[in-house]
Amino acid sequence: MSKLKVAILGSGNIGTDLLIKIQRSEYLECMLFIGRNLSSPGMAKAISLGVKVSDQSINAIVKDPDCCDLIFDATSAKDAKYHWEILEKLGKIVIDMTPAKLGGLCIPAVNLQDAIEQRNVNMVTCGGQASIPIAYLIGQTHAEVEYIEVVSSISSRSAGPATRLNLDEYIETTEEGVRVFSNAKKTKAILNLNPANPCIDMQTTIFAKVKNPDIKALTAAVNNMVAKINTYVPGYQLLVAPIYENNRIVVMVKAQGLGDYLPKYAGNLDIINCAAIAVAEEYAKKVAGLLK
Amino acid sequence: MKAILISDPTLRDGNHAVAHQLSAKQIAVYCDAAEKASVPIVEVGHGNGLGASSLQVGEALETDVVLLETARAHLNKSKLGIHVIPGFATINRDLKGAIEIGVDVIRVASHCTEADITQRHLGYSREKGKETYGVLMMSHMASPELLVEEAQKMELYGAEGIIIMDSAGAFLPSDVTDRIEALVEGLSIPVGFHGHNNLGMGIANSVAAIQAGATILDGTAKGFGAGAGNAQIEVLVAVLQKMGYTTGIDMYKILDAADIAEREIMPLVPIIRSESIVSGLAGVFSGFSKHVTRISKEYGVDQRDVYFELGRRKVVAGQEDLIIEVVLDLVKNKKK
Repeated sequence: MSKLKVAILGSGNIGTDLLIKIQRSEYLECMLFIGRNLSSPGMAKAISLGVKVSDQSINAIVKDPDCCDLIFDATSAKDAKYHWEILEKLGKIVIDMTPAKLGGLCIPAVNLQDAIEQRNVNMVTCGGQASIPIAYLIGQTHAEVEYIEVVSSISSRSAGPATRLNLDEYIETTEEGVRVFSNAKKTKAILNLNPANPCIDMQTTIFAKVKNPDIKALTAAVNNMVAKINTYVPGYQLLVAPIYENNRIVVMVKAQGLGDYLPKYAGNLDIINCAAIAVAEEYAKKVAGLLK
Repeated sequence: MKAILISDPTLRDGNHAVAHQLSAKQIAVYCDAAEKASVPIVEVGHGNGLGASSLQVGEALETDVVLLETARAHLNKSKLGIHVIPGFATINRDLKGAIEIGVDVIRVASHCTEADITQRHLGYSREKGKETYGVLMMSHMASPELLVEEAQKMELYGAEGIIIMDSAGAFLPSDVTDRIEALVEGLSIPVGFHGHNNLGMGIANSVAAIQAGATILDGTAKGFGAGAGNAQIEVLVAVLQKMGYTTGIDMYKILDAADIAEREIMPLVPIIRSESIVSGLAGVFSGFSKHVTRISKEYGVDQRDVYFELGRRKVVAGQEDLIIEVVLDLVKNKKK
């Protein structure tokens, strides 16, 4: 089959790591890697891989709209809004890596098929990609979920300037994602940065308050879910299987990265990128008529 | 005579000591007493500050709104302060409301190496015209040079003073001297110190801070606070008076306030428990102590081992969930 033509907007860590993952994909081909500065490290990486680059930002696509069918927007929430106004008119599909929330939220292990029916898909947050699958299962296995709280700790070195400046947006988007997928009455997200050296892997704890906890059903569901997530995020592991402690359900997971553009400890960035690739590949299969 | 600004987090740090169960009535009683003693700043809230009531750290008995509205109604000359950690508290969800209630002093805190997460909260607080400080927590985990760099970022973001916290009670006086001297040298804004008592150094470290040039100190009634407790405010006031500093606090009335606090808000006056010493040696956040005791007991492991393992992993404030992981690991290793 011919590969789906994609472009990446944003030449930072996320964009560059996406590019390396796309180079491996059977279904995707990166036609254009777009930033604002040709001398950035991401650009240098793209050039070294022989990928066509542009420093014209969104104008690169406006000038050559046929270059691609799908765009990964790895810029910022503010820019993503502006880009979508243009890209929607051009009939493009957008996978939004920012917390702009312009389209439906997607967690591939939960709603991949719904996501590819939309023209703009939002990848929630890194913490959301790690925690929401478990939060979703807590909702599925319990009739009444009063409260879910998700706490992520990430290595300081994996949190770039944008992440640090946008902590509030991270929290708001993650809380919304957890609420939408779990149907919990109330949700909360917390993020910790840990500067320890050697760097810690991304770790996420999901706490829940429910009526009549069913740890057995949840455990079985969680094991299946981890296997499912492993199909697109190999480094996702269950660290503490569901327990009921101090009147709360506790589940801990950890995400180790593939070590593509970013080091392995940056599992927080890897998990959201792996999820985005999974969505793009599913689009590609749909376009190629491989899905029934 | 040189003036020292005292900030009193009895009703915030003390909330750690009672698993965040301080009631509105207790807030009112202590605020009245602190107001009478002319305590300059009374800090109120969940132990980890605004927006921190959670399963991770502990759910508070009262909402932030109730805590702050109650304190507001009972403080007049004394300013109402809050502790705000980005990652827990957001501007929209938490800080806006607190400002509407009328807090006077906002202290924005981060782990000692992560000052850049405080930029927006500090900026917002300044924009709203609030007295704004930057707080570097767990400051034993950074060298004096690194602390200065982080504090300078906070100064740039708008902090009007920097407080370093010995959140684990891990410092000896010479550690404090080195850090405060470096900060005073590297900043053009006032510097403060917040001491804990795990190694019995709460007051000694506060004195070292003052002698090194700090002009802000935190202290709590009877030392009511996380873990082994804090530098004791009524002792600080007495010691500072003896050293020739002024605090503006009424000596008799702060002694009365401490006694009222003991009677009305403390199930137990803080003492240095054996595990608190280990926690201080291991450099673990004092707020972990209740969780470590409970979970260690539940799973039958020695809590001292838990502290040393948490210290080895360089766990920071806010990572309470790791206690469960460490305890379960110890259980696994015991079976082997």
